Amino acid sequence: MSAHEQFTDDLALYALGSLEGVERQTLETHLQNCASCRRELELLRGDTSLLALTTAGPKPPARSRQRLMSAIANEPRLPAVVATRTPERRSWWPMLGWLPNLGWIAAAAAVIVCIGLLRQNSNLRQSVASLQAQFTDQGAKLDQTTQIVATLLDPEATKIELVAVGNKPQPRGKAIYQRRNRNLIFFASNLPALPAEKIYELWLFPANGGAPIAAGLFKPDARGGATIVNPPLPQGVAAKNFVVTLEPESGSHESPRGTPVIVGIGE
Amino acid sequence: MKIGVPSAAPNAITSDLALVTAIRSGDQSAMAALYDRYSSIVYAVALRVLQDTGAAEDVLQDIFMQLWRHPGAFDASRGNMAAWLAVIARHRAIDALRRRRPENDIADVIVSVEPDFASDADRSRAMEKVRGALNTMPPPQKSALEMAYFEGLTHSEIAEKTGEPLGTIKTRIRTGLLSLRKVLAT
Repeated sequence: MSAHEQFTDDLALYALGSLEGVERQTLETHLQNCASCRRELELLRGDTSLLALTTAGPKPPARSRQRLMSAIANEPRLPAVVATRTPERRSWWPMLGWLPNLGWIAAAAAVIVCIGLLRQNSNLRQSVASLQAQFTDQGAKLDQTTQIVATLLDPEATKIELVAVGNKPQPRGKAIYQRRNRNLIFFASNLPALPAEKIYELWLFPANGGAPIAAGLFKPDARGGATIVNPPLPQGVAAKNFVVTLEPESGSHESPRGTPVIVGIGE
Repeated sequence: MKIGVPSAAPNAITSDLALVTAIRSGDQSAMAALYDRYSSIVYAVALRVLQDTGAAEDVLQDIFMQLWRHPGAFDASRGNMAAWLAVIARHRAIDALRRRRPENDIADVIVSVEPDFASDADRSRAMEKVRGALNTMPPPQKSALEMAYFEGLTHSEIAEKTGEPLGTIKTRIRTGLLSLRKVLAT
């Protein structure tokens, strides 16, 4: 049995998606009641796929495969919803035969989808809770670090150095240097008050025996304390030693000219 | 007589089903295998329609992502994977061409197919016959068919573009499609 004669041309256009307007609406109405035209439409769709399959061209670029695999690796799977349609119910358009079961099908699908969404929701909640815990932990660590640094650098903080009983406090310094990131923290204490038109200067002595590198000018506070944090330094210089010298007020910069005040003794 | 779209060999169909089953369980290597098998078909169709490699890649990505998300959308009892993907690729590419939202979910695309061929080689020979039929088709008929299929034009637009009556365009398209079907029956 073939399709109804008056719809044969329109069925071909409909299979191609080229039918429009009233003709499309009329055909769709007819299809709801005509199994033979529905069958002919499926065959016509098969015919259109022949056109697609005869298409030849270049292969997709390799990046498309990489893009897809990255995307599926990053995308959580939705629960599978298995279609349970019978052959007569497989089609593009709603058919009359579906209607009595449509409610049950929709309800079953909704239940399956809801179960899936609930599972997904649960997984997402666990992920969010885990991320929140990590965030809180990181935040607490950051707060702690910030407080430590703020305490060390606060000029108002009380800084008292303890020495052996009976000993007179001596000028001291401690340099903590991280070559990889060029981080340098330097603390000094008990430095003598600066003479007029003089300043202290910190020097980094490279391990390769190169010329000393100026690592900052500083003036001590009333207790002889001073701090230098991350002065500008060249990349990747290994330090052999640090020295503080007393220099003219403008500093020496190129090489130490003044008297060494404190000298590193190594680790 | 019922004439369908040529399908892959039975063992290939089994492999497709096995891959789809593995994809259902989240097997990424199965997805890669399916992509390697059919990405050329999908990309060729999309590129033919869109004439733009970037846009064709987007369609390729979209279709395989949809398959990853909804592997149950493929129903092997009514169509082989190659034909199904080719039709979906054409739909998606036309949608992209017209910058509109997809009109059909992939699970709604049914292509009537019978496993008429015993091997991929048989399928290749059949495709050659179809290509031959296209090449021997009267140029106005072939042109109307291709404008409708690869350019996504409506029959009114084709009639306007060619200056032919609407009824002539309709008949050319239908008889053109039927001639493709007939060439496989001979």
